[in-house]
Amino acid sequence: MADPMKIRARMAGDKVEVKVLMAHDMETGQRKDSKGNAIPAHFIQHVTATHNGKVVLSADWGPAVSKNPFLSFKFAGGKPGDKVTVTWTDNNGEKRTDEATVQS
Amino acid sequence: MNADRRKVLQNTGGLAVMGLAASAGLFGPATAAADEWNKAAFSTKNLADTVKALGGSGATESKDVVITSPDIAENGAVVPFTISSRLPKTESIALLVEKNPAALAANFSIPDGTEAGVTTRVKMGQTSKVIALVKADGKFYYTAKEVKVTLGGCGG
Repeated sequence: MADPMKIRARMAGDKVEVKVLMAHDMETGQRKDSKGNAIPAHFIQHVTATHNGKVVLSADWGPAVSKNPFLSFKFAGGKPGDKVTVTWTDNNGEKRTDEATVQS
Repeated sequence: MNADRRKVLQNTGGLAVMGLAASAGLFGPATAAADEWNKAAFSTKNLADTVKALGGSGATESKDVVITSPDIAENGAVVPFTISSRLPKTESIALLVEKNPAALAANFSIPDGTEAGVTTRVKMGQTSKVIALVKADGKFYYTAKEVKVTLGGCGG
């Protein structure tokens, strides 16, 4: 099971600023191990962020996104105490969902 | 799959380190899991094909699309990018790195109410032109920027 994400959501003016740090290897499939065997690709393909059940950001990623990906964005219509949920799915079908509360 | 890979590597000779060809074989079976993932766009090799796969052919350059990133990245494994768009009705933002094995790094879709600006970090194999392709109100706009990389992020 993958490690939890670190999600921080706080008010920035009248918008909610969300910062997410995911724990994932993001293997490109292009590296080789010490024996020269290719390390299979393993990366997050899809990320979805929701606020009160409404999608506020969705993203398709390729293996070019850095290891332990960082993502930050802002959305309107949130208030302190609201929940922000982030889900990712990787190319092996692994999934991880974490939630954060919007801070003032 | 491995046998194919060998062949391709031989053909590309010295380029094998970066494995421009390697990604072709390796994307294979595992990608079936996420069906909504735009495999066509992510497996294209050159910039023109990628833009085409995203439907952005004929995009116009726009000053309202802004890439914020270092001009020189010391470590190509982690290059921070902020892409923002001042265009009204921005629907999606894609980040493309021209000289990566697959040009498309990430494609964000921006629903109503979300600010048209995202920050993330990507790998860059080498110094390359970086393109932000934005879809706004049904049309495509782009802006490009050259980012120098002193240490590539795809080796290992």
